[in-house]
Amino acid sequence: MTVESTAARKPRRSGTKRPAGAASAAKPAAATAKTHDAEPQLVQLLTPEGVRVDVADNPDVAEFAPFVADITTDDLRGLYRDMVMTRRFDGEATALQRQGELGLWASLLGQEAAQIGSGRALRDDDYVFPTYREHGVAWCRGVDPTNLLGMFRGVNHGGWDPTTNNFHLYTIVIGSQTLHATGYAMGVAKDGADSAVIAYFGDGASSQGDVAEAFTFSAVYNSPVVFFCQNNQWAISEPTERQMRVPLYQRAQGFGFPGVRVDGNDVLACLAVTRWALERARRGEGPTLVEAFTYRMGAHTTSDDPTKYRRDEETAAWEAKDPILRLKAHLLATGGADEAYFEQLEVESEALGKRVREVVRSMPDPDTMAIFENVYADGHALVDEERAQFAAYLASFEGGE
Amino acid sequence: MAVQKLTIAKALNDSLRKALEEDPKVLIMGEDVGKLGGVFRITDGLQKDFGEERVIDTPLAESGIVGTAIGLALRGYRPVVEIQFDGFVFPAYDQIVTQLAKMHARSLGTIKMPVVIRIPYAGGIGAVEHHSESPETLFAHVPGLKVVSPSNASDAYWMLQQAILSDDPVIFFEPKRRYWDKGEVDFEAIPDALHGSRVARTGTDITLAAYGPMVKVCLEAAAAAAEEGKSVEVIDLRSMSPVDFDGIQASVEKTRRLVVVHEAPVFLGVGSEIAARITERCFYHLEAPVLRVGGYHAPYPPARLEDEYLPGLDRVLDAVDRSLAY
Ligand SMILES: Cc1ncc(C[n+]2csc(CCOP(=O)(O)OP(=O)(O)O)c2C)c(N)n1
Repeated sequence: MTVESTAARKPRRSGTKRPAGAASAAKPAAATAKTHDAEPQLVQLLTPEGVRVDVADNPDVAEFAPFVADITTDDLRGLYRDMVMTRRFDGEATALQRQGELGLWASLLGQEAAQIGSGRALRDDDYVFPTYREHGVAWCRGVDPTNLLGMFRGVNHGGWDPTTNNFHLYTIVIGSQTLHATGYAMGVAKDGADSAVIAYFGDGASSQGDVAEAFTFSAVYNSPVVFFCQNNQWAISEPTERQMRVPLYQRAQGFGFPGVRVDGNDVLACLAVTRWALERARRGEGPTLVEAFTYRMGAHTTSDDPTKYRRDEETAAWEAKDPILRLKAHLLATGGADEAYFEQLEVESEALGKRVREVVRSMPDPDTMAIFENVYADGHALVDEERAQFAAYLASFEGGE
Repeated sequence: MAVQKLTIAKALNDSLRKALEEDPKVLIMGEDVGKLGGVFRITDGLQKDFGEERVIDTPLAESGIVGTAIGLALRGYRPVVEIQFDGFVFPAYDQIVTQLAKMHARSLGTIKMPVVIRIPYAGGIGAVEHHSESPETLFAHVPGLKVVSPSNASDAYWMLQQAILSDDPVIFFEPKRRYWDKGEVDFEAIPDALHGSRVARTGTDITLAAYGPMVKVCLEAAAAAAEEGKSVEVIDLRSMSPVDFDGIQASVEKTRRLVVVHEAPVFLGVGSEIAARITERCFYHLEAPVLRVGGYHAPYPPARLEDEYLPGLDRVLDAVDRSLAY
């Protein structure tokens, strides 16, 4: 084993808990185009082969491992089921897009562990600010997955009431929601509540000014917010190196709060690290940046063509780290589940696929006059005038000719 | 070959290529403009041929893209910036409005800002939120910016050349639903002036004025009206700042009626300004008030409603009828 690969399993953290100059401090980037570790250090609790990492071996992992000490075999099966159902839903949505039922779909394929691990770390009274790809987190929040499809079909711009499940509407403008999450967390702190807020975003998004401003505000107000960045390696065609010169998690240090890199394909590690970060927030210790190191297995969206910018070998290498297969291997090896369990899950996920298909196909187009609905809460004379003119215009066709 | 039939997308690509060839100071910047060639492939193949120093994939930060373009322009470069979609220009709006637009005036005319900001804009492609907006008024309202939009391949090619050669910042709106429309481009032509309008179809009964994606709709409306014996003149404005009021006036003095058509909301839109000016200039020529057809005072609706929202043939013809009824 090389020195690098030993270090590869060691997590690296940056931030306020460590003295300056400690091993975790960012090394100045070398003057090369590519500054990212080939084998990044990350918190891992379950290896790609499905073996639990020996905590005694790994003092840094030991800090996070207690956060999943209570996990039972039932829980593991639950996490597995969440990932399988999410993948099935996602696959169905991709298929529905191909069949013309959806205008667009942003697949989460490959990112199930990051989403389910972090999503299951949340309490009901926590609040989630997603981007447009957080279908697995939505699943954990109890949002009916069919509700996620309306905006991709083009019948609405949202499709669910965010306050029902404390799961905000999807946000397409990159990075905007990190500021909303910070503000919401500022409110939580003002209210003296002990819930926490989590903001999801991508590696590309971390280049946006809004994200830097969210880091700034959350740090100076010590807000109870977890920034959960799924580094899926690509922002459409641009690799992470096009966004930053230091490993993403290290950026938190400059803002004065800790950053942790977790194996984003390890659902257990994602659960542990997110619980750890949420507890810090609840205890009043302020924000945390979690970088879930993962991979987008599919295209950016159904209108993207990844063959133009990335190599098949890269995708194949990540396939070996599949989050679902890894937990399955673990469950099988430990007797946590048997083939009958997986077969039954197959039936269940098929049923979900069927339901999604049926609901989408029968989703009605919105009423035309919906254009004028909810533009203002208090109403507006101009909207009223235009609505009336439009109604009269439509009526002029009826019975005409 | 001097004349070729090209899509608007290809014409833009050729135009960028020519600009890169002719002036080493021209740079292309934006998200995904390199290997991918942009999400609409307008920069396809340019990085391959001109390298990463000329065709630059930027971090995902619009304020950063425009702000650094300003710095590069200060240093003598001519950046051509791509904003991926209309709705994503707003993180850069601060830089555009407070810095880019005012640099020339603040420097008492000593500093030039030859920056082009290309924005695929407007609706009709069934996209999700923030991908179909028409924010041109927000830029046309800002002194110091020039705002244009081609409606056909020839203009796409030539107007982009002219925008890049301009020492003023130009917001270059590309009608994304027309990217795949084909038209003839004469590579040896002497192009129309960047800010002049063009008579796209002559007529005598009424003038339709439009730009960008709506020119095609107006031409179709004019053809339909012709079958009913109405002679409709169509003016392609091409530029929203400055507006060629003389061109519109000349047409209105002939036809005595004007309808302005755009996708952007009617309220305080480019059409409002044209209606006001033309009313001042042509008060005694007009047989009817200047009418406007456009978007509503409502957010751009989800894709399944955009056909109802966007001005189509029927709404334009309805306005023609209303005008002629005065
Ligand atoms: C402000 C803004 N600019 C550009 C876009 C277009 N866009 C949509 S997704 C995307 C890439 C995002 O990459 P990343 O943040 O890494 O998230 P991922 O999609 O990989 O999860 C881009 C450029 C946008 N939605 N918003």
